[in-house]
Amino acid sequence: MNEELKNHVLGLLAQGTRLDGRKPLEYRQPIEVKKGYIPSADGSAYVRIGDTEVIAGIKLNVDKTYPDTPNEGGIMVGAELYPLASPDFETGPPSIQAVELARVVDRGIRESHAIDVEKLCITPGEKAWFVVLDICTINEGGNLFDASSLAALAALQNCTFPGFDGKKIDYKERTGKQLPMSKAPLSVTVYKIAEHFLTDPTFEEEKVYDARLSVAVEENGMLCALQKGGDSPLAPDDIMKMVDIAVEKTQDLRKLL
Amino acid sequence: MAYTKRVDGRGMDEVRKMEAKVGVIKRADGSALFKIGNTWAYAAVYGPRNLHPRFMQDPSKGVLRCFYNMMPFSSFNDRVRPGASRRSKEISLVTEKALLPVLNLEDYPNSVVDIFIELPLTEAGSRCAGICAASLALADAGLEMKDMVSAVSVGRVDDKIVVDLDYSEEAYEGGPVADIPVAMMPNLDKITLLQMDGEVTKEMLADALSKAKKVCKDIYEVQKAALKQKYPAEFAAE
Repeated sequence: MNEELKNHVLGLLAQGTRLDGRKPLEYRQPIEVKKGYIPSADGSAYVRIGDTEVIAGIKLNVDKTYPDTPNEGGIMVGAELYPLASPDFETGPPSIQAVELARVVDRGIRESHAIDVEKLCITPGEKAWFVVLDICTINEGGNLFDASSLAALAALQNCTFPGFDGKKIDYKERTGKQLPMSKAPLSVTVYKIAEHFLTDPTFEEEKVYDARLSVAVEENGMLCALQKGGDSPLAPDDIMKMVDIAVEKTQDLRKLL
Repeated sequence: MAYTKRVDGRGMDEVRKMEAKVGVIKRADGSALFKIGNTWAYAAVYGPRNLHPRFMQDPSKGVLRCFYNMMPFSSFNDRVRPGASRRSKEISLVTEKALLPVLNLEDYPNSVVDIFIELPLTEAGSRCAGICAASLALADAGLEMKDMVSAVSVGRVDDKIVVDLDYSEEAYEGGPVADIPVAMMPNLDKITLLQMDGEVTKEMLADALSKAKKVCKDIYEVQKAALKQKYPAEFAAE
């Protein structure tokens, strides 16, 4: 069945178009970003790209510092692919797709050092703030990678500290103090089907791609994380082209924040 | 001290602001979003579809499965750990029992109807909001139903019977509190979910149930309006 779908997608790409009439590198429109969507979260964002809808939410937590990084707090990213969002998702512990999605988003934030983790430390060797960011899928319409990365960054930018008296967190008390963020890493995933490159795939196009490359980019164009996926290999030339596309697309998406 | 004025200023019989919409999950067979105050519930129905593994199939009737889940950031308190908890498993169970009576599962032998309920935001009354959304999602999926299911939490705060308790009332410290989630088939006048924690007299319970009945009818109107918005033609004959 996927063979027929693939031939159809390839036939359209040869004419410079796609299943829904878009050009190969065109995103679905409008793309919606709503910061502060969830009042119970310390930071949150709702993102919609086409039929795909995700909510990212942050709960800040005070915990013991790690022995090897006594002067630092930290960040953890989780992704939930709820069976509500797609007939392809199942109940139970996080699937390998959910783990990869979470780790790709996590790496972009972590490796760019976007959050000044030393400023999260409360008492060295004892207590620090930890940023727990969860990305929840409401509608799986394709391109969860870009939607999740965009939602994660928007939620981080929206995040403020709750009250803390040295012992207990009061989530109802809002200090208005923002997370110590110095950069804005954003990831775009470029897909390759035969010799064609495309961005923002629908879930159908995601069934038939050969390879993909997720590229996390800082606002100055510095690359901060990469992840190649898919069953087919990529030539070095392909990779450079895909990186160029990703850098350009992150600049477009950044305007929405 | 008697409870004379509700914490958020509502009347004793007044529910929080409600909002309902059907068809919000594109790839589901039926879906809905139901909001009541700061409690939001999405529900998606998948099925009737094949049930695997096969030994779970019932040749005489279909199987209904419900999954209730709070998103990790949905609580105004600590983060909720992902994955099923004892609490969420029990709520899934009572939700399933609350919805079963309106379905004709005999029509779908060897099949399963899955209902997934996800809550992005919760401030009390989440199981009831989940049931309201799930009932709408079943209707949106086009399953034959004997009635809708409408649900609300009623209860006692100190000396007063109130409807749709919010978090500040559940945690009220000025006197005894009892929380009574109720689900009803509003046209058939039957109760399909009833739980309670807290102490009440028999008279208080009777009063609470009669108030729940009245409020469930109001909720039913909100649910009906949401369905009417998506299916105007089906309601035109009414």
